Amino acid sequence: MTGEPILQVKDLAKHFPLTHGIVFKRQIGATKAVDGISFELHQGETLGVVGESGCGKSTLAKLVMALERPTSGQILFKGQDIAKLRGKGLKAMRRNIQMVMQDPYSSLNPRMTVGDIVGEPFDIHPEVAPKRSRRTKVQELLQVVGLDPQHINRYPHQFSGGQRQRIGIARGLALRPEVIVCDEPVSALDVSIQAQVVNLLENLQDEFNLSYIFIAHDLSVVRHIADRVAVMYLGRIVELGTDVEIYERPTHPYTQALLSAVPVPNPEGRESRERITLVGDVPSPDNPPSGCSFRTRCWKAQDVCAEEVPALEPRPGSPHPSRCLFAEEYDVVHATK
Amino acid sequence: MVYSIGESGSVLEKTFILPDGPLLEVDDLHVEFHTRDGVAHAVNGVTYSVDAGETLAVLGESGSGKSVTAQSIMGILDTPPGFVTGGAIRFRGEDLLKMSKKQRQAIRGESIAMIFQDALSALNPVFSVGWQIGEMFRKHRGASRREAKKKAIELMDRVGIPAARKRLGDYPHQFSGGMRQRIMIAMAIALDPGVLIADEPTTALDVTVQAQIMDLLAELQRESNMGLILITHDLGVVADVADKIAVMYGGRIVEEAEVYEAYSAPAHPYTKGLLESIPRVDLKGHELHVVKGSPPNLLNLPSGCSFHPRCRYRQDRCVTESPPLHQVADDRRSACHYWEEVINDR
Repeated sequence: MTGEPILQVKDLAKHFPLTHGIVFKRQIGATKAVDGISFELHQGETLGVVGESGCGKSTLAKLVMALERPTSGQILFKGQDIAKLRGKGLKAMRRNIQMVMQDPYSSLNPRMTVGDIVGEPFDIHPEVAPKRSRRTKVQELLQVVGLDPQHINRYPHQFSGGQRQRIGIARGLALRPEVIVCDEPVSALDVSIQAQVVNLLENLQDEFNLSYIFIAHDLSVVRHIADRVAVMYLGRIVELGTDVEIYERPTHPYTQALLSAVPVPNPEGRESRERITLVGDVPSPDNPPSGCSFRTRCWKAQDVCAEEVPALEPRPGSPHPSRCLFAEEYDVVHATK
Repeated sequence: MVYSIGESGSVLEKTFILPDGPLLEVDDLHVEFHTRDGVAHAVNGVTYSVDAGETLAVLGESGSGKSVTAQSIMGILDTPPGFVTGGAIRFRGEDLLKMSKKQRQAIRGESIAMIFQDALSALNPVFSVGWQIGEMFRKHRGASRREAKKKAIELMDRVGIPAARKRLGDYPHQFSGGMRQRIMIAMAIALDPGVLIADEPTTALDVTVQAQIMDLLAELQRESNMGLILITHDLGVVADVADKIAVMYGGRIVEEAEVYEAYSAPAHPYTKGLLESIPRVDLKGHELHVVKGSPPNLLNLPSGCSFHPRCRYRQDRCVTESPPLHQVADDRRSACHYWEEVINDR
């Protein structure tokens, strides 16, 4: 990828205050949902974001969508800081970054017709499509996502899960955004439908030169669609690299454990496959471990890990950025005992 | 099998008389749901069996009837609207569907136990977990509170809950998702059941926790030689743990096979389609293979083979004639008229 990135995130942090008391609220701490994240997104590129629940993926999505204001840091869209925008400027900016939600059942208003749902963005940004041409615009959008334009007057409950997700995608495309944040877009769908939606997202990307931030916990889907992958743990990116770097030469122990835990959909050789099984759960982000936040579950942890937070940078054992002092390449997917 | 049932409905002793045949056998089961919009045929002649120590994976999408079959085995089907309209479910040779309510109650938990997808809603929020695990012993074995408590601690230790004694009095919401699932597993294995049904046990969990739970299930199965029915839609989990698989579609078993065979050479177009739609490394940058269309409407199943509107091997015969379960090999069946073509098509 060359040229200026379309989206630049610098040292982004979101801390939610933890308070005590009802009338006189005292802040007793903070949940560091996102804690110092930096990445770039180029035109036409897909950045995959993976991690377990509670790692800050969805907070990151909300920050990029300007639905939450960051505690610190910058989100630059073509050089302009989204976090600093207010009022009209912010409203105009929202056109450029849209979202596809996880649950196609709760993210569509059951009382609105498909035409109203997909056309609603035009009510908010009337400059995109004059009132007269809206109906045809909506029908075009339905066609683009593979739905029958004649179904414009139907209600969401008349569609299957996969079709509903297509409606959500059509709504996301309505304003011709340049960046789309996909927050778990296929995880609520049946297996045989997931592939259809992944293909649709890829085709739309080619057609409209979209940039995606693709948040998912299904690592195989992310591998398929993403150009680069960021692995998150407790509010921080612990490893960032191209899909090949992350999947074939992961260097952070957490990435290795995560990849190792994904069951391989092929029974051949399952007895001899090597497994890294982590003990315990993800620590609470209210009270993360000192130093490297993964050290409590890490098999490589030493005393030094508790002292400082390792930086996300290339290391002797890792040509791509990794937040581990003992980073070392290890092809965990093909590892055998 | 003969049950001596105590006054409180608890089983005093189990005597096994008929060890012949499979441990648990579902035979031509039919289940209907009577809804406002008509009759939904959720299960249409499902047959499968599981033996001691064996893992059967039941694979299928939402609405394929996999959970309804499991609920019928457990006898926890919502009636109405759901009705078992035909078939038999035999446990150690005895038909559960012909038993009285009391007999079934004695079998539930004692011989066949089940764990659910969402542990938070399956556990009772107003009782401590120790009390809920102990309840199994108090109700079924007539144990005293103190005995039950002791057993509960043992079980929590066995399923890997740290500091079991201290956490006995905690409530479900105080545990993480993985720990809650362990508590439910503890309740399920409390009475040493012969068969454990796990309905999407790891779907709501993160992958690293999923790996822990699957390891735990495998270990418990090895220790007590349970038959395990694993209901899931995750092709990866199935490939990892299953001995044999039954693929369900539209309330029927469409393919039944030993796991290695099913993955290397599927004999039904639906299984084949599912396997092909998994993203693979060599397909990066290309379109994924898809199973076109959507799952069938159970109120109005397609004529003939219910998969025919989505099938790429379809011929005229499939629209009119419902395929029987063809015997493909010894332990292998496929409900496709053209299974030979499918199995040889690479």
